[in-house]
Amino acid sequence: MNFNYVILIPLIPLAVFLLLGIFYKKIKPAVSGYIGVFGLLTSTVLSYYTAFQYFFVQEKVDGVYQTFVSKTTWMNFTDTLAIDMGILIDPISVMMLIVVSTISLMVHIYSRGYMKGDEGYTKFFAFLGLFSFSMFGLVLATNLFQIYIFWELVGVSSFLLIGYYYTKPSAVAASKKAFIVTRFADLGFLIGILIVGYYTGTYDFETLNNPEGNAILSWASTSFMGLSVLTWALILIFIGGAGKSAMFPLHIWLPDAMEGPTPVSALIHAATMVVAGVYLVARLFPMYYFVEDGFALNVVAYVGGFSSLFAAIIAVTQNDIKRVLAFSTMSQLGYMMMALGVSGYDGHEGVGYMASMFHLFTHAMFKALLFLGAGSVIHAVHSNYLKDMGGLRKYMPITNITFLIAALAISGVPPFAGFWSKDEILVAAFEHNKLLYFVGLFVAGLTAFYMFRIYFGIFWGKDTQYKHAPHESPIAMTFPLMFLGALSVVVGLIPFSEFVTADKAGFVAHLNYPLAAIAVGVGVVGIILSYIFYKKENDLAEKFSKAFGVFYKWTFNKFYFDEIYLFVTRKIIFNRISAPIAYFDKKYVDGFMEGMGNKTVVVSEKIKGIQSGKFQDYAFAFLAGFVILAMVFIYLWTK
Amino acid sequence: MDILSLFVTVPVLTILALVFAKGLKQARIVAMVGSLIQLGMAINLIFAYFKERAINDSIMVFTKDYMWFEQFNIHYTVGVDGISVALLILTSIVVLAGVFISWTMEDLPKEFFISLLVLSSGVYGFFISLDLFTMFVFYEIAVIPMYLLIGIWGSGPKEYSAMKLTLMLMGASAVLLVGILGIYFNSNADGGALTFNILEISQVNIPFEAQKLFFPLTFIGFAVLGALFPFHTWSPDGHASAPTAVSMLHAGVLMKLGGYGVFRVAMFLLPLGAIDWSWFFIILSATGVIYGAFGAIKQNDLKYINAYSSVSHLGMVLFALLMLNKTSWNGAIMQSLSHGFMTALFFALIGMIYSRTHTRDITKLGGLLKVIPFISVIYVIAGLASLGLPGFSGFVAEMNIFVGAFQHEDMFHRVATIISVSAIVVTAVYILRVVGIMLMGPIKNSEFLDMSDATWFEKTGILLLLIPIIGMGVAPLWLSDMIMASLQPFIKGVL
Repeated sequence: MNFNYVILIPLIPLAVFLLLGIFYKKIKPAVSGYIGVFGLLTSTVLSYYTAFQYFFVQEKVDGVYQTFVSKTTWMNFTDTLAIDMGILIDPISVMMLIVVSTISLMVHIYSRGYMKGDEGYTKFFAFLGLFSFSMFGLVLATNLFQIYIFWELVGVSSFLLIGYYYTKPSAVAASKKAFIVTRFADLGFLIGILIVGYYTGTYDFETLNNPEGNAILSWASTSFMGLSVLTWALILIFIGGAGKSAMFPLHIWLPDAMEGPTPVSALIHAATMVVAGVYLVARLFPMYYFVEDGFALNVVAYVGGFSSLFAAIIAVTQNDIKRVLAFSTMSQLGYMMMALGVSGYDGHEGVGYMASMFHLFTHAMFKALLFLGAGSVIHAVHSNYLKDMGGLRKYMPITNITFLIAALAISGVPPFAGFWSKDEILVAAFEHNKLLYFVGLFVAGLTAFYMFRIYFGIFWGKDTQYKHAPHESPIAMTFPLMFLGALSVVVGLIPFSEFVTADKAGFVAHLNYPLAAIAVGVGVVGIILSYIFYKKENDLAEKFSKAFGVFYKWTFNKFYFDEIYLFVTRKIIFNRISAPIAYFDKKYVDGFMEGMGNKTVVVSEKIKGIQSGKFQDYAFAFLAGFVILAMVFIYLWTK
Repeated sequence: MDILSLFVTVPVLTILALVFAKGLKQARIVAMVGSLIQLGMAINLIFAYFKERAINDSIMVFTKDYMWFEQFNIHYTVGVDGISVALLILTSIVVLAGVFISWTMEDLPKEFFISLLVLSSGVYGFFISLDLFTMFVFYEIAVIPMYLLIGIWGSGPKEYSAMKLTLMLMGASAVLLVGILGIYFNSNADGGALTFNILEISQVNIPFEAQKLFFPLTFIGFAVLGALFPFHTWSPDGHASAPTAVSMLHAGVLMKLGGYGVFRVAMFLLPLGAIDWSWFFIILSATGVIYGAFGAIKQNDLKYINAYSSVSHLGMVLFALLMLNKTSWNGAIMQSLSHGFMTALFFALIGMIYSRTHTRDITKLGGLLKVIPFISVIYVIAGLASLGLPGFSGFVAEMNIFVGAFQHEDMFHRVATIISVSAIVVTAVYILRVVGIMLMGPIKNSEFLDMSDATWFEKTGILLLLIPIIGMGVAPLWLSDMIMASLQPFIKGVL
């Protein structure tokens, strides 16, 4: 089967970016919106067509979905090592095509309403095009270097979009922070790639991931400090992934990234770019699983589990609804990482892998919906804070219903999407690691609690008196809400395990009723608690936070990680490294030359008649110097 | 006249034409036409080179040899390989862009253009020379006009800066001359005649003791011009005082002579010395990489930031050369080209910003994206290229360097490599700091509100530099293969 047309999926948004970017001033805003939406629509249609062809038309060989690769050399390092560019079609890349194109299209449509009247309207759609191109390229990458290239490009698109309101100092700071923190993580990624390239002689995913291949089988041949070099490489690569996917302690950029326009938060910082880290681990899953009996994979599991818990606790106390959603995203990404970490490889053993991808898929739908819903609310009340909201269900019925659907989905209430994927994750954790299972269960309860806390806070709760009565958003904004709302109800019913699994063979998953019941029970308890605290205005929550005292304060301040970051950048990098270097350079390195320089200036003062400013004089001096040089040379030779 | 000597003759003819030019406008037009012809020749040279390569597989093509000074066996010998072709293109583009950008920006007399063209003829001559002595002469021709260009037409403490720059470079030249003479007097080690011809010397087995003695001299002599730590301090002051076109040409092209010289002379002719000394210079260059980057974080003057950034980027070139393998050498050449285009672009933009705001202090600037969007957007792009974003030339160069450097398995090389790699983060910090303070944020000074964006001349200059940066970054294959093919004869010595 020929999948070469897939190359168009990234190239169309690139064309949109170039068109809008170059003819920025000439294109009318309204037209640029249509160009953007139409471009993405084409990519989306192609993505769905690809998925249909791949999963339903094409035949499995020996019960396994085949991988299609089409590539060309981009640059040669040595005779054997090169960077290729191309497309790789396998179950997870096809699934990601669906996720990225669907969410991106919805965000494009939504932005036509949300960004209306903004002076950078065309620029905004150009950046969205750049992002979509980079993300598609990342998803389709055939080798580590290609994924790294697009990895950096999504990073820079994210930087540009976070700093979209560039006259606002907080947005500038947030965009810088996001770029530098992820860049720091990418340093690990890059060193990991260099190690893999050197020891295995290839960057190619197919060659690396072959369980019977040289790369995996020879992991024990070189070791460093007690671990295989490949384990080190995988941990370093995971650091890159952890940076993008906001895993502890590299998560600090994600809450600040909410300074960007809300559609951007939905697209980049909830549904697509932030899952790149999860996708990267999944992409290299056979390596993670087989090298050194999954040592690196264990690291992934614990980092994921801890991040999930850490973020969920913080989310409970935040008052900015976008920050609650940001921490919720971090928590759910931790879930996905954890699921990958506890996964096996063959058949039903690989349920964690399947669950992780499934959750990635469903989470993209309902989290994007939550962000877009939040955007709709913010659009109406012009504030991000819970204190400025309340009772909005009367004014914004569509937003209310769709937000509720998404909140139920993320809380794991059947039959909404999140229930199915979250259940599989808990099954995987239960079967492989009981500690992480209980962490996951607790997080599930917390998730339901904080999500309904903001739901009640926004749509119920106190009856805020608004200066201008809020009204429902225009159809450009509500259509994506309804569409994603519908998806959040039904996508959980997809028999995901038959399509996307670690060994690409597929299996039939059955609902584990006891575990499902426990999970749903915990979620419902969270919702009920939230109902008691926040449905009507009362001081229960305040009393509670007072009772927790110090712990509440620490949580509210996100465990002071921003302060640590500031300390490291300001105090250490600027004042303890950079300033001394600047001083040292001026005082000592230059001081030595300065001494010479000063003497020369003194001399030149005395003989400054020579500097007449006439060109002829200089030319003469030049010639004279040349002659002297020649004489020195002859002297040396005759010696 | 052969195809290569034209590169020296055309600037000389342009200078003659300039002498007769009346008024500033004529001088500018003459300079532009002269530089355009050079660019045309450079482009023509690529095609001619590929055509010639197909039938000629000697190390150098288009070679010509004329006896110059028989007593000492000094020849005027020229010839090119893929590496010199690439650097010739760089030079011709930067010179032309420099002429375009200083078109309306600064009021400069025709003597300025004459000096600029003297400089460029020196650079061209240096890149095509195959005779050590001729090469050295061209080197001096390129370096000396710098003193005039900064000392006369510069700004700020221009005499001090010019003096410092010239003295340090002259000091380095003295060391270099000793190194070159050392090579010359050992070129009869196998019994032949004394010669300055690089290709002939490369066939000679220069005794190890002599290599050990003369390699550091030759290396330092060239590397000072390539801003080797701790001999880099001439560069920030020199750049800060220099007029825009001079900074562009100086950082963009002249500093490349250092890396090229190290590669062509020190590494090629003294390979055993290179292997013996590499550890020492790896320490210096890796220090330079990270030191320059950290040094740039705290500076407030745009030109100082860029000068320290150059210390870091060119430290990478020397570092890559010392890694002694094909991949890293390929990276070194690519980094030279990439840095040449990028830094010339930076200095051009800094000049444009300065001519509009009359300050280079970033703390006094802010929100420029709003008032001069074209210049600001290009500045962001140049910044992203500088921090090694894929899609721009810096990335392909750096990746070659890192992959090459990673071929060494021992702890010393690994540590040095990881230190150099970590510069990618520090670079991001100082680039984004400038972007954040100067281009984004609120507008700090209401006087800036009625600034005008880039003129057509400025835009042309910018595009000339931007196209190769993006071209190299998006489709590096042909260039990297062209350079790689030319590296084979050079790598033999150090294997």
